[in-house]
Amino acid sequence: MSNFLLQLSYLIGSITFIVGLKQLSSPDSARKGNLVAAFGMVLAIIGTILFHEHDGNKIGNIPWILGAMALGTVVGWMMAMKVKMTAMPQMVSFFNGMGGACAAIISIVEFNSHPDGAPGYLLVVFLGLIIGTVSFSGSIIAYGKLDDKIKDISSKALTYFNLLLLLAIFVVLGIAVASPEVFGHDVVWLLLGLSAAYGVLFVMPIGGADMPVVISLLNSFTGMAAAFGGFLYNNPVMLTGGILVGSAGTILTVLMCNAMNRSLLNVIIGSFGGGGASGKGADGEQVVKEISVTDTAILCAYAGKVTIVPGYGLAVAQAQHICHDLEKKLEDKGVEVSFAIHPVAGRMPGHMNVLLAEADVPYPKLVEMEDANPGMSSTDVVIVVGANDVVNPAAENDPSSPIYGMPVLKVWEAKNVIVMKRSMRAGYAGIENELFFHPKTKMLFGDAKDTLGKLVAEIKEL
Amino acid sequence: MVNFFIENQDLIYIVILSILLGVEVISNVPAILHTPLMSGANAIHGVVIIGAIIVMGHAHSDDYLALTLGFLAVLLGTLNVVGGFVVTNRMLEMFKKKK
Repeated sequence: MSNFLLQLSYLIGSITFIVGLKQLSSPDSARKGNLVAAFGMVLAIIGTILFHEHDGNKIGNIPWILGAMALGTVVGWMMAMKVKMTAMPQMVSFFNGMGGACAAIISIVEFNSHPDGAPGYLLVVFLGLIIGTVSFSGSIIAYGKLDDKIKDISSKALTYFNLLLLLAIFVVLGIAVASPEVFGHDVVWLLLGLSAAYGVLFVMPIGGADMPVVISLLNSFTGMAAAFGGFLYNNPVMLTGGILVGSAGTILTVLMCNAMNRSLLNVIIGSFGGGGASGKGADGEQVVKEISVTDTAILCAYAGKVTIVPGYGLAVAQAQHICHDLEKKLEDKGVEVSFAIHPVAGRMPGHMNVLLAEADVPYPKLVEMEDANPGMSSTDVVIVVGANDVVNPAAENDPSSPIYGMPVLKVWEAKNVIVMKRSMRAGYAGIENELFFHPKTKMLFGDAKDTLGKLVAEIKEL
Repeated sequence: MVNFFIENQDLIYIVILSILLGVEVISNVPAILHTPLMSGANAIHGVVIIGAIIVMGHAHSDDYLALTLGFLAVLLGTLNVVGGFVVTNRMLEMFKKKK
């Protein structure tokens, strides 16, 4: 009977994961989908604690398990509630790393209790360990980089070293499974060390627009690591949950790569900005034109159609609410306002949507790139708020640029472009942007939130 | 190889069907939901916590290494599950409000 209840809780859990994921992929049902999946998770956890048996033994050490869960719940809940919307990508990366570490620890304990298992068993244990560890150390580095705590390091030598390291992991894995006596029981620590190093060094050089891809990839890694745990315990809910996330995460990763017109291999091996300077740069005689807040206000207030292009600068400056104010003020003056959203603007796909939704910007005002580009030429003013690489014309016309071929928002087709920026610094990808020197472009320097605030005030005065 | 296949037939079916399901479910998602979706998927792979509970639950009471690691695994797994779902819910709450 107890086994029946256990399996029933797992079946319901698996179904809720599938239904939840399906509902998460449509705006209307997304919130319900998340709750459905969370309900299934709780059910599967309770089922495991109450009914799981191994060789006739029930789950023991329950006070410790509940203690760890209570502690994890309080800490996790507080972190998730306190994090600012702008820091969401880091947070997801952090929680992802925790899942990876959890999978790795399971493998270590399993290996220590059955170090002389069959080859198939060892393979599953080691794969769980390797993938979980890479996901953990990689996610922590991604977290640090997104939080500006860790700087990019990149060199050709590092790329080759990483390939060697990956090769070494596979060789050690092969030997450890085929002839366990070679390394003995300490092989688990060797694999742990190699994988941790690989996770760090693999994410370290990846910068620029590629960060979302890496987080998504690491997310699917943790899914796979969870699935190996499912294999280990013959546990269907871990298998379905893990594999579902593994495959869905991989597809999501590929979708993101497509949005940037690059292959996954290219993202991982040929890290962005490695070459340093891009094709332009030598012909440094270009000048930028500045514009005052007052002039910007007049230009916008008397325009017919204004499009706002948000980027990571918007997130950094926490300027999403004031952006919404600007939109309302302009609409009061009869201006048609929309937001053009590049799929990889910010540090995660959909990052801008989340931010603007927080500021109560109505859903239909967010226009995706494919729909925004045809309307650019009929737009009077484009205001670029803290975006850079996603509006860089080099992606269209400079084959030597690292982002050549990436679809971008063609803001230069609009009648006027106003770029709001803190300084002339290059974007996250580290490349020059000739848009700033374009004849139609005027620069409005300053902190996005400050400047937008002044702009809104000026428009009110008009 | 043949033995492996026959012994693990059920698992292999689950794996293949789950892969196809994952691909199918994600393929038509609008870019607007990429972040919440990734975050939701992130919470779902927290199911690894069940493995941690099993490890902890069957560790001998004198095996301090296993107990310590098991405790840590349950803790980290819980962080993944709770943090993942709460963060996702917070993101999605904002989508709903302005309807």
